[in-house]
Amino acid sequence: MIEARGLSKRFQDKKRGEIRAVDNVSFTCQPGKIYGLLGANGAGKTTTLRMLATILEPTDGTAIVCGHDVVEQPEKVRANVGFLSTATALYPRLTAQELVEYFGRLNGLDEPTLKKRVDDIFNRLDMNGFRDRRCDKLSTGMKQKTSIARTLVHDPPVMIFDEPTTGLDVMTARTIITFISDCRERGKAIIFSTHIMSEVERLCDHIGIIHDGKLLADGTVPELRAKYAEHNLEEIIVKVVGPQSSN
Amino acid sequence: MNFRNVGIVYRKELTEWLRDKRTLISTVVVPLLAFPLLILGFSYLAVSLIGKAEKEAPKIMILGGQDSPQVLSVLSKLKDIEIVPYSSDWKTQISEKQIRAAVDVPEGFQAALERGAEKTVKIYFYEGELKSSIGAGHVEKSLKDYRDEVIKDRLATKNISASVLKPFDIKQENVAPPEKVSGAAFGGFIGYMVILLCMTGAIYPAIDLTAGEKERGTMETILSSPISRMHLVLGKFLLVLTAALATAALSVLSMGTSFAVMRNLGISAQSGRGEAAALLLHLGPKPVALIFTMALPLAVLFASALMTIALFAKTYKEAQSYLTPMTFLVVIPAVASLLPGVELTPKLALVPILSTSLVCKEIIAGTYHWNSMAAIFASSCIYAAAALFIAVKMFQRESVLFRS
Repeated sequence: MIEARGLSKRFQDKKRGEIRAVDNVSFTCQPGKIYGLLGANGAGKTTTLRMLATILEPTDGTAIVCGHDVVEQPEKVRANVGFLSTATALYPRLTAQELVEYFGRLNGLDEPTLKKRVDDIFNRLDMNGFRDRRCDKLSTGMKQKTSIARTLVHDPPVMIFDEPTTGLDVMTARTIITFISDCRERGKAIIFSTHIMSEVERLCDHIGIIHDGKLLADGTVPELRAKYAEHNLEEIIVKVVGPQSSN
Repeated sequence: MNFRNVGIVYRKELTEWLRDKRTLISTVVVPLLAFPLLILGFSYLAVSLIGKAEKEAPKIMILGGQDSPQVLSVLSKLKDIEIVPYSSDWKTQISEKQIRAAVDVPEGFQAALERGAEKTVKIYFYEGELKSSIGAGHVEKSLKDYRDEVIKDRLATKNISASVLKPFDIKQENVAPPEKVSGAAFGGFIGYMVILLCMTGAIYPAIDLTAGEKERGTMETILSSPISRMHLVLGKFLLVLTAALATAALSVLSMGTSFAVMRNLGISAQSGRGEAAALLLHLGPKPVALIFTMALPLAVLFASALMTIALFAKTYKEAQSYLTPMTFLVVIPAVASLLPGVELTPKLALVPILSTSLVCKEIIAGTYHWNSMAAIFASSCIYAAAALFIAVKMFQRESVLFRS
């Protein structure tokens, strides 16, 4: 389970002074559910997800991931999280198998377990054809599959996806969406940020709309539709953040 | 401290490093091919150019001297030069290398010589030009021999022995063993090379493992894994250290082999590098091991400092622009140790790089001041530990890792 409790992140900017990238954000995501974090570019989605993955430390507030505090036990949190974003690239000079094994070892897997896990994932994602190929020689789709294998190797109960389909072709994006859906079937708690509303409608059980670092709306898709008297998700977002923000 | 995780990161970085073509070039190809080619090529070129210049009979012009047939006869008997007829544009001819030198025999020179009056013979040449210097040297030697003959004749006329001019002899004689002599002359150079190569060998991996990771987008990937940032930075640091020491070791091996080949080919004796060759050939395992032991904390210092600075950069190019000036910070104290008269003192023992370079000079000369070595090793270790501590701290700063 993921529970964000008043998460806040402030940065100091030489020109603009203090910036509140995330301001007192709280929400919960249960196992077997997908929480969609929506918002415009610069709204604070990536910073929130990075704090949940302990890549950034909150300035105020905290989050509990699988019973571990992101501030107090960041390494234990990361051991329970699979993090995938467009910014998480692969090591170009490692093969797909070496890369997945590397992250398996960093997650503390022993060699027999690692071998079994890697074989299982490579079979499941149909990756055996390129397991010994270097990552800099892989196609975009192969790279995404390798990234997925990296996040899955330690079988984490929590998955965090930050705009995982941005810039991908239809077939590759479809692989990712299927994978996220599969994670829910396996009972994982999932946080998912995206700009693509069809993905939200297809995947998300719960939605949070973030703007200027603040969580302005939070609920299930039917709840939000009822509250804002609007069926179209894009229109709901515009209503929540205000029409001036759509310019 | 989880050494398993440090080892996992190190093994992965080593695998990637060994698969990188740029690594092979900077660590293996340059030391093993470029150094021998440069050393042998330049030496061969220098020897052949000097040999060619020495074989050529330089053209010399005599200015005046019509009333001094004896001196003209001395010069004309010289086999190594070619006398050319007088021309009023002799200065231009020297500058344009048409002739190598001109000898100005003053008017009434022979008559003045017979009277015992003093006159000056001038040799005009092109300073800094090898063939002109060789020509002027031939002329000066023959004139000095002629002057000695004149002195002998004058003394004989007055029944005075030639020994009156030289009542006693002065002779310098070396008592130091040959390895110490060559150590004093070239020891600083070897220490300097080891230090400089430890630095240059660390630059590329330090950039690749920090700014390179940021640029490729793999920094966020590794930061999302459960490894602690301290273990991560230590694993990366060990790889940079390995690269620094490997570059220095391969380079010293390569230079030693090149000098040995040069010596066997007989190039060294002529090019003045014989002592260096002899020195490298006579270096035993003890001084080599000691030099690398003394250089170890310095390599740790370089690896940590370079990683810390490169981590500030967002791209590979930006990191290069930060680190290139750092080379001067290493070269200046290392070169200072090569200056004549700079010797190890208790105060200098605290100056990083300079102290190590000076102590390497002493080690190669066969002098082991164990107390100084211990003090320098300890002070270098303190600097290295401080640099490593800063590197670990920098890896924990979000403002550095995610600088935008």
